[in-house]
Amino acid sequence: MSFAELLRQHFVHTALLAGGVTSVLAGAVGVFVVIRGMSFAVHAVSELGFTGAAGALVLGIDPVVGLLVGSLAVGAVLGALTVRGRERDSAIGSFLAFGLGVGVLLISRYQGYATQATNLLFGSIVGVSDRQLLVLAGVAALVVAGLAVAFRPLLFASVDPEAAEARGISLRLLSVILLLLVALTTAEAIQVVGVLLVLTLVITPAAAATRLTARPGVALALSVGIAAFATEGGILLSLVKPYPTSFFISALSFAAYVAARGGTAWRRTRAVRRAVPPTSPVPA
Amino acid sequence: MTVDAGANVVELRAASLRYGARSLWDGLELDVARGEFLAVLGPNGVGKTSLLRVLLGLTPLSDGRVTVLGRPPQRGSPLVGYVPQQRTFDLELPLRGRDLVRLGVDGHRWGFRRPGRRAALADAAIGAVSAGDYAAVPIGRLSGGEQQRLRIAQALVSDPTLLLCDEPLLSLDLSSQRLVVDLLDARRRERRTAVVFVTHEINPILPFVDRVLYLAPGSWATGKPDEVLTGDTLSRLYGTSVDVLRVRGRVVVVGAPDEPDTALGEAGHAHRLSGDPEGGRP
Repeated sequence: MSFAELLRQHFVHTALLAGGVTSVLAGAVGVFVVIRGMSFAVHAVSELGFTGAAGALVLGIDPVVGLLVGSLAVGAVLGALTVRGRERDSAIGSFLAFGLGVGVLLISRYQGYATQATNLLFGSIVGVSDRQLLVLAGVAALVVAGLAVAFRPLLFASVDPEAAEARGISLRLLSVILLLLVALTTAEAIQVVGVLLVLTLVITPAAAATRLTARPGVALALSVGIAAFATEGGILLSLVKPYPTSFFISALSFAAYVAARGGTAWRRTRAVRRAVPPTSPVPA
Repeated sequence: MTVDAGANVVELRAASLRYGARSLWDGLELDVARGEFLAVLGPNGVGKTSLLRVLLGLTPLSDGRVTVLGRPPQRGSPLVGYVPQQRTFDLELPLRGRDLVRLGVDGHRWGFRRPGRRAALADAAIGAVSAGDYAAVPIGRLSGGEQQRLRIAQALVSDPTLLLCDEPLLSLDLSSQRLVVDLLDARRRERRTAVVFVTHEINPILPFVDRVLYLAPGSWATGKPDEVLTGDTLSRLYGTSVDVLRVRGRVVVVGAPDEPDTALGEAGHAHRLSGDPEGGRP
């Protein structure tokens, strides 16, 4: 099938839509993840989502349900543990390691198609069904609504926790809310890029965006844009060249990050020289 | 002492704070009037920051009574401004100084932003601390002094009657310290905002301070700086011989036990003195 013919295929449309929906979530939630330095927590939520999905496979129910249950449970626990936004590496690592061990056991007990497990690990966006797309869209609507309502307190608690607490914000509540949003986002991203590559949508675009702007709102929009560019670009590239979609997505996402690093280094230096008089020392 | 409930911004009566078996302060009596500049001094771990948290309504007293503006402390009250201990902002943090101040206006509000005076309020507060030149620079790229001015703008943007500052001069150079103290002093003179200023460096603020609350392990003293910062008072507080020297208008405490942070003078000098066998140490 030629590229033009492929573009008319229903499964391609579904994949592009699912990719777009996921990019909005991953890009937006990712900004808060990057600000709070909780990449490791996202990784943990994602791998334990895998454990949930593996459990669902063994029980013979929809792995997406297991995925959501697994990530939400872990998200809630980690949210309660990481009050000040600083993740506790050792606690997360311990949860993560045990959860993965359980996942290995479950997969070994699973008698069905091995591809289902592989799809969880490496993603299967071109295999997204119409029903899955509906679930994706529903979850996405929930997360976007949550982010919109909690945006300002979440930003305040993330960048300036002491002052935020003094203004009456509950840091613990916001930490739990954010981790639940992260869990839902991760469960979506797993279906697109797989457990092992969730960070390529949740961390990399936001990390690039925060290098490009100092405006919180603009950072969020840029992050979504970069995530969408990587996802949709990756899907289209995989139609041209039959490599795994996840590879292309991670490559484009990383390219955007490298470009953001390189491209802003000189611009930042110049801006700082202009804005800060040479007599004021800039802390390293 | 007769108490007029409307007169004082802060009142503590027989106030105690304990964490488990550990008592931070006991039977504390304190009034802070409108426009008053109170310095809270003392070594690390005596509950200076905890006192601020009590006034913010974040930590309850173990015993006694506290009122802020005649009522029990209200969590998140716009009438109380807070300048927390300085923390370094990440270089890549996507936040400008202006955004930090704007969070002081409506950062605690849920839901969608209502079009309103947010930007105007923030700009006015930024103008009041003369931070307009760098309000658009990423906050992590600013110097400590610049960040601190923006923090003060954030704390003042809700037009508080009481301003709580936790070590606001920490790691600032002398000229930045001067700027910050002048800002606070101007504010309390012009708007009668009471300032409660936690520090272990009294000298930069000595000319502006009306009263001192000195917290020591297990005891406290309050009064004018000249009354509290004396060898007699501090010796009583610490239960050991402490000398207070006045050198060229500066206060240097010599002999306060084991606490480098009790050095009220220029830290280095006082350390050397307190290590001196003639410094009055047992």
